[in-house]
Amino acid sequence: MALNASLVGRSYPAQRSYEVCREKLREFADAIGDGSPVYRDPEAARSTGLPDVVAPPTFLFSVTMPWTAQLIGDPELGADYSRLVHGEQSFHSTRPVVPGDVLSGGVTIEAILVRGRNEYLVYRTDVTDASGEAVATLRSTVVFRGTAPPEEG
Amino acid sequence: MTSTVAWADVEVGTVLPPFAAPVQRMTLVQYAGASGDFNPIHWNEQFATQVGLPDVIAHGMLTMAIAGRVVTDWCGDPSALVDYWVRFTSPVVVPNDWTGVSVEVLGRVTEKREDNLVVVGITARCGDVDVLANAGAVVRLA
Repeated sequence: MALNASLVGRSYPAQRSYEVCREKLREFADAIGDGSPVYRDPEAARSTGLPDVVAPPTFLFSVTMPWTAQLIGDPELGADYSRLVHGEQSFHSTRPVVPGDVLSGGVTIEAILVRGRNEYLVYRTDVTDASGEAVATLRSTVVFRGTAPPEEG
Repeated sequence: MTSTVAWADVEVGTVLPPFAAPVQRMTLVQYAGASGDFNPIHWNEQFATQVGLPDVIAHGMLTMAIAGRVVTDWCGDPSALVDYWVRFTSPVVVPNDWTGVSVEVLGRVTEKREDNLVVVGITARCGDVDVLANAGAVVRLA
């Protein structure tokens, strides 16, 4: 089933805000095998000039997964989750994420493309803080394997 | 927010310290829990093979997190990472044993920019397979 390309430009706001806590940052750092003290020890973080422990660079992808789930699950999009693979990912960071941050934002469809039998869904995720200031922008490309209709002729 | 590496000490071609990270089934279960990504292709080989994969594969975002350490371990400051991008080319296939696989990460400075910025090109390999392509980062140095 082909994706509905008329949805380019549609946005999906975060269902609820996400409050960053230091224990979650430690748990995430443990899970990626990164032993750096700047994710765990406030004193060590401050000694390197950081305001507090910070989030590892890819942490925001997890924070924003429930936002993305609204997009992928939009019945009007027609996405087949079982054929989805992650194609590309980027992060642009405006400032470090620290405990106590209350993050919000949303996901916007930027492009829907066909290459051969595969379809490509490109979306942007904007992350803002409690005062509405930008924290980070993520861009994702997901590939739906074999969902494009065969070319005619 | 202070990198321990000075922009003035870096040249195009500077090689960052390489490392290898073990990835086992246990790693994937731990990452699933911490990240909230419970897609069964990352822990159930019956499901993974049903959807055409050779075996259970690692989360792409776990591979991306591992590869980014080549920069943050080097400069000592995760907040120095202004931009970070990857393309996932091949999955990291993780067998059901107690050994798992190893992801080898390399980084090299490819460009110096104004405002103490450098561009780092990153490669990540598992066995003889490149698992990332067009991977890199913009880093703000001291």
